[in-house]
This record gives sequence, C-alpha cells and structure tokens, in this order.
Amino acid sequence: MSSTISSAEIQNDWDGGGKPLKASYGKLMMWFFIVSDALTFSGFLVAYGFSRFKNIDSWPIADEVFTHFPFLHGVDAPMYYVALMTFILIFSSVTMVLAVDAGHNNNKNKVAFYMLLTIVGGAVFVGSQAWEWANFIRGEYGAIETKGGQIIQFVDTSNDNKRIAIKDFVVSVPKEREQHQGSNGLWYRDEASLPTFTLEEVSNSFLANPALVVRSEKIDEKGKKIILSREESIEKVSQGVYVVEGANLIRNEYGNRLFADFFFFITGFHGFHVFSGVIINLIIFINVLLGTYEKRGHYEMVEKVGLYWHFVDLVWVFVFTFFYLV
Amino acid sequence: MGQHEHKLEIFRGLIKFKSNVQKIWGVLIFLSIVTAIEVVLGIVKPEILMNSFLNLKLINWIFLILTIVKAYYITWDFMHMRDESFALQASVVITLIFLIAYLAFILLVEGNYIYDVMYEGFVSWNF
Repeated sequence: MSSTISSAEIQNDWDGGGKPLKASYGKLMMWFFIVSDALTFSGFLVAYGFSRFKNIDSWPIADEVFTHFPFLHGVDAPMYYVALMTFILIFSSVTMVLAVDAGHNNNKNKVAFYMLLTIVGGAVFVGSQAWEWANFIRGEYGAIETKGGQIIQFVDTSNDNKRIAIKDFVVSVPKEREQHQGSNGLWYRDEASLPTFTLEEVSNSFLANPALVVRSEKIDEKGKKIILSREESIEKVSQGVYVVEGANLIRNEYGNRLFADFFFFITGFHGFHVFSGVIINLIIFINVLLGTYEKRGHYEMVEKVGLYWHFVDLVWVFVFTFFYLV
Repeated sequence: MGQHEHKLEIFRGLIKFKSNVQKIWGVLIFLSIVTAIEVVLGIVKPEILMNSFLNLKLINWIFLILTIVKAYYITWDFMHMRDESFALQASVVITLIFLIAYLAFILLVEGNYIYDVMYEGFVSWNF
C-alpha cells in the first residue's frame, strides 16, 4: 500500500498518521456508523418496550398473530416462519464472513461466489419479510373495534373456545353501499376501502349464534386473553363502531393500535437496511468481478460491507427476540 | 496485506479451531443451537418458566440472555471484533451498553409508571 508516511517515520503522536485503534480509516468509519445506527434501532425497540409496558395487560400475543407458514394453509404454525427467516439471515451472514476470509487470501473466485450467496440470502430474507407483511396486512379473523378504541375478537364456544373468523359466521345481506372514490360523486372526496361486512351484519349474525362470545384485549395472569361471557359479549358487540380486517397504520385486528405501527416501523426499517445491504453487496460483487480489488491488492471493501451486513443480522436477532419471543 | 491473524479460540479457550473458516462454521453451529433453543422454548413455553423473577418472566430472562450471547458471537467472530484492539472493542461496546441500558431503564420505568396511573386512575380507558 502506498501511504504518504510510513509508521516507522512517526516520531511524535501529535504529528498525525498514527493509528491508535490499529484499524483502517474505512473500517473505523463503518464502526462509527454501526454504533450510531445501533442507537437508532435501540431507540425504536425501547419505544416499543415503553408502549408495551404501558399496555402490559393488553398487548397482543405474538404467537397468535404470526401463525402462517408457506404451503401450510390453515395450520397453526407460530414462530416457525420467523425462525426460518432468522436462519436464512444468519446463514447469509456466514457466507459473508466466508467471503471476507477468502478476501484475506486474495482468492477472487471464492469472494465472488460467497458474495453471490450472500446476496441471494439477503434477497430471500427481504422476500420472506414481504410475505410476512402481506399476511399481517390481510389478517385472518377480523375483529370489531368498540367506541373505546378496544379490539374485540370472536371466539367459538362450541369449538373448544377457538377463535372464529368473521367470514365464517357472518351472513351477508344484500346491500347497495359502495366505496366513495374521488372519481365519482363529490370531487376530491373519498373514503377508505370498506370492510367486507358491515357492522350491522356482524352484530346481527353474532346475536343469532348463541355459541359465539368475544374476548377482550385484556390478558390474565397466565398470559391468555380473557374470554367474556355471552351477556358481556353482547354488551361489547353493541358498543362496536367499526369492523376491522387485517392491519393498517390506523387500526389492526390484533389489538392495540400501536402494535401494528411498531411492527410496520421496526421490521420495515430493518427490511430497508437489508434491502440497502443487498444493493451495496451487489455493487461490491460487481467490483469483485471486475477485478477492482484484485488490482488494489486487498479486499478491504468486502470487509467493510461485511461489517454492515453482520450488523443487519445482529439487529434482526434483537427484533426477533422482542417482537416474536418475549 | 496478508497479516490477518485471527484468534481462533472461543468459549475462553475451551474450543480452539484450526483455521478461520473452521471457526466460522463452528460459530454458525453454536448460533443455530441457541436459536433452536429459543424457538423450542417459544413454542413449548414450559409452565415452570412462566414464574416471574424481578418483574420479568423467567422465560423472558432466558430469551434476553440468549440474545445477548448471540449478539456477542456475531460481533466477536463474524465482525472480527475479537481481532481488534481493546481500545476499539471498548469504544464500541461500552458506549452502546451504557447508552442502551440507560435508555431502556428510563423508558421502561416510565412505561410502567404510566401503566400504574392508567390502572389506578379514575378515568376509564375501556368504555
């Protein structure tokens, strides 16, 4: 490497050029960035913890929310999918560190191969997250929001107190109500998309079926949602103001509104990091193929982008714990 | 370049790998085992771990500790922090531990306090 001053010439610490941390400029700057980004993420996660502690007796239970697995339709599979995603990300971290190692040995082909695997792993992870989001947004059961802003969910007492989806018990009545779009009716006035069933249909079908009760957001000591009696349920349903299906940034069928907001925000921010990591990896990968680093004589760029990639993996370890496990 | 020396022992010298590549696979196996334990605990949720210790369920303590263990091995072996100087290790880790612990402490205590206020107050939040 050509530097203007070799370390042997340094007489005085104040002359500059010394490396007290014995790491190159680029790697140090990457570490600085990682520290600041880690603080951003911890700010988000701690804010999530704050909201959760604030609603400690009514927070949605992750095991009941994330129950989907590809090709296993209708099977209750909590955790498996995120566990798979975690393994994918850890594995792409391993191929990244193998690429860094191959870079230390100046082995261009191996670096390129492992970089490619890393990019594929990252892309699969981002795709998995999109699938997870799609399921989360679509929802499964549907719920009713009461005038107090609480979510109540339907439970079937004739089926071992399992949850029942709105579409499974609601009898639809012919109706003429259509979504008001900006393209028809009054100019520049529109409304959000309408739920599949109206509140009236849901509450009438609920009253007609004596086996149905609702459960509130509240959690008992064992961490289960409290199921209300039939009388209390009728009372709660009569207070309903809105049929909620799936999730958006305003309300979600899983419970507390903040839950979906934090889910979108934190996993979205992390997913964006993975996405930008894939792009950066791709750029470095092309540079490896072009022989840029071979000419340069070292593969430190791979090492630097590797640091970022591992950091993204590290953040996922925490998101996984705080969103899905705890 | 070429002077990339790696410290090859983990678990305080209990296991020493022959090469850096071998160490990477070893750490992967270890991280996979830890993740598998977390997933199994998360699905089974043993009754005995549902008791609280210091205001947090035992199972959550286990998750928290295992997460930090995983974070340690990702940083130390995948990010090669093990091979860096002590000054760099300290400036990254101590800064983060101090700031995050402080932030978490202050906001969680506040969240808990607001819960108490809402729970014991005279205003109904569920009407």
